[in-house]
Order: sequence, then C-alpha cells, then structure tokens
Amino acid sequence: MSRPAAIVIGASAGGVEALLKVLGALPGDFRLPVLIVLHLPDERHSDLAEVFARRLQRPVKEAQDKESIAGGMLYFAGPGYHLSVEQDRSLSLSLEDRVNFSRPAIDILFESAADAYGPALIGVLLTGANEDGAKGLARIKDCGGLTVVQDPAEARVTVMPRAAIKLHTPDYILTLNGIGHLLADLDKRPC
Amino acid sequence: MTEERSTDIEIRLLIEAVYLKYSYDFRDYAGASIKRRIHHALHQTECVSVSALQERVLHDPTAFMQLLQYLTIPVSEMFRDPEHYLAIRRDVVPLLKTYPSLKVWIAGCSTGEEVYSLAILLREEGLLDRTIIYATDINPGSLERARQGIYTMENVRAYTGNYQRAGGLCSFADYYTAAYGNAIFDSSLRENVTFADHSLATDSVFSETQLISCRNVLIYFNKKLQDRAFGLFHESLCHRGFLVLGSKETLEFSGYAHSFDALARRERIYRKS
Repeated sequence: MSRPAAIVIGASAGGVEALLKVLGALPGDFRLPVLIVLHLPDERHSDLAEVFARRLQRPVKEAQDKESIAGGMLYFAGPGYHLSVEQDRSLSLSLEDRVNFSRPAIDILFESAADAYGPALIGVLLTGANEDGAKGLARIKDCGGLTVVQDPAEARVTVMPRAAIKLHTPDYILTLNGIGHLLADLDKRPC
Repeated sequence: MTEERSTDIEIRLLIEAVYLKYSYDFRDYAGASIKRRIHHALHQTECVSVSALQERVLHDPTAFMQLLQYLTIPVSEMFRDPEHYLAIRRDVVPLLKTYPSLKVWIAGCSTGEEVYSLAILLREEGLLDRTIIYATDINPGSLERARQGIYTMENVRAYTGNYQRAGGLCSFADYYTAAYGNAIFDSSLRENVTFADHSLATDSVFSETQLISCRNVLIYFNKKLQDRAFGLFHESLCHRGFLVLGSKETLEFSGYAHSFDALARRERIYRKS
C-alpha cells in the first residue's frame, strides 16, 4: 500500500478495553488520524471521548458534522448517528436506518472511508458480538487498503472478527499488542 | 477502483438529470449519504446500474417520485431530543411571549412529527393561537402525511416518554384519538399551520419569522448548501430571532458562525446577532 493517510477502527462488545490497549500503544507523536465506531448500548448519551482522552493523554474528540479530519486526532462516532467520510476527507453524520442493528454502524464508516482514502486507508476490526464491519473491511481491501483483524483466539467476543475473516482474507490477524505495534510502525513510513 | 469511479460518474449524472428534468437539486448534498441512498434505490428498483435508473427516471415521472422517497430521509420522531424542547420552553418561550403575533418556520418538516411537537408546546404555553407555522419540505409525499397527522400507536407510545421528558404539561393522550392501531392528532393543532413545498437548495425566503426550527436536515448538505440555508434563515429571521438546529448540527464551521449567538449551545439554540 501507499503511505497511509488514515485509520478506521470498529469494535463492539469488549471494545473499550481492546481500544485502550491498541490506542495506548501508539506513540505520543503519532501522526495519522484515527476514526472509531464503538457500539454502545445507550444511543443517546456518550462520554467516550472524555473517557479515552483521560486514559490516553492524547487528543480525542467526538466527530462533528462537516469537520475536517486532522492528523494525530482520535475521533469517536457519537451515539445515534452514522459517521461517514466525504470525498474531501471531511466528516459527515446521518440518520439513515440502522445497519446491522447499529447506528453508528461500522460498515458505514468503513465503506465511506474506503471511497475517500482508497489504498491509503488502514481498517481494523476488533472484538464484538455482531457482524457489523465485515462488509466494510472487505470493501477497504477491494479499494486497495490494508486490513487488520483481532485474533479471534484473543478477542473477548469472537463473532465480529470471525465474520470479517469469513468474508475476506485480511492482511493481518494479530493480538491487540501486535495491532498497536503495527499501527505505530505504519505511521513511521516515509512519505 | 475503476468500477467504483464509473459509479461515481453515473451518480453525478443521475443527480444532474434529476435537476434538469424535475428541478430537484441534490447537487450539493453530502456525497457519502446520497451515494448509499442511490445504491439502496438501485437495489429496490432492480435496476442493473445507476445509468439504467437514470434512464427510467428521465422518462417516467412516477419512477422519479419513487426515487425521491429514497433520496429524502423521513426519519423523525415527536419531541426528539426532549432536552431541546425543555430549553425552548425555558429560554425561548418567555421571549416569544413578548411578541403580539408569531411566525414560525419548520424547514424540512418531513412527515410532520416536529410540527405537532412544536404546536403542542406552543399551545401549552398559550402561544399557538397567535402563531402561524410554516412547515416546509421538498417531498410532497411527506408533506401529505404531515398534513394528515396520523402516526402508528407503536411510535406514539415511544413519543409519550419524550413528551414527558420535554416538560409536557398535560397527558400526551389528550392530543390524539387512537383508532385501528393509529393515533390521529387533534386537527386544531394544525389550524394555523401552512404546509408548503419549499427547497432550501433552490427557493428563497417567503416571510419574516421569529423562530426557525431546522433539525437533522443540514447534516445532509455540503458546506456550500449549508451556507445557503443559513443565509435564508438569517434573512428570514427578525432582529434577535431564534434558530433551532439538530443535536449534532452547528453553525460553527459555517460562514454564518459570527452572525448568530449561542443561546443554549448544548441544545443548539441560536439567536440572530
């Protein structure tokens, strides 16, 4: 792949701990933007951004509609709205029907980001109890991006990583530690 | 990737064709969402390609009306985000009461849930009798449903909790008659409501207003079209008039950031400065 320009991550059940581990392994000067959909039971309220900002000591925010994507920032999809990436690499929100019973849906973020970034995208799918994200990850691969799935042997809930592996062959199947190191290495790639 | 690129071209051509033939302008809608909706329409209409859909739509107005249902998103609920309505009662109503008569514009009213919610709030605050509400949308099918004011009982049960959390003063059931699994809303709520076809993309301002509610419409527009809409709102609102947006919508990234003050930032209530 060419030099990556962004990372998208999807997770569901068990996702908070998994994300803390992966994101905690990223160095302070990490340059790539990271866009995250984490399913939560409560649609309306979320303080994910605050929780992760406190724990990770790095800039984290809830993604806003029409916001330009900034390097080094972690963006969480807010509750109740789908998050997409537009062609000009800005963010947009929408209220279309739930996808895989979820809003925000991982597939929607992954598929729109694949359209916007093509081969410069890294997609990561972690632990989870439904099949959201599998189609989106396959789309990232189709568009020339790099795909990473958490090793089901390690995942707290295996449905999500297994569904992804069933649909396409990811570039990497790794433990959370391995994913953290891989992302840190990819970020260091020269332009 | 090349296949992907061809589809993007076809989508642009379809949107252009819709504009040229039917004057519905989706050219400055946010691309990711419109692309998903066209793919959905493609699937539902069993067209083999976007070009095939374009051909059908160009030659068959009923096929266009069908496509329009997919392109507009009728997702709405009554008293959605109850805290917004609480904030309207708390921060906006006392100021609205100082006007001898009121004009309210609900832009992008979809199937009308927002219209009845606001009408109920205004009635409870003693304002509905001296208010004219303009409820506008681009989708005639949605407008017709809004005019009828009939919603499924199943949904209305969910709205009841919203109504209570929104500071409702009565019993929600006072506002509708239940029949055959539906709730038919009290027609006196819409006595002063004018439902009208109006496009934020192509039409201009039609009246001076004191309050504009435009919720979960602007997220589907790109920045350019958002700015056009904000321009219309700015022009329509009276001095110090109120603008209410959806819970994830903001003036912040627009060219009108400095033309409005935030009255209740969390609840997205702004005031023309």
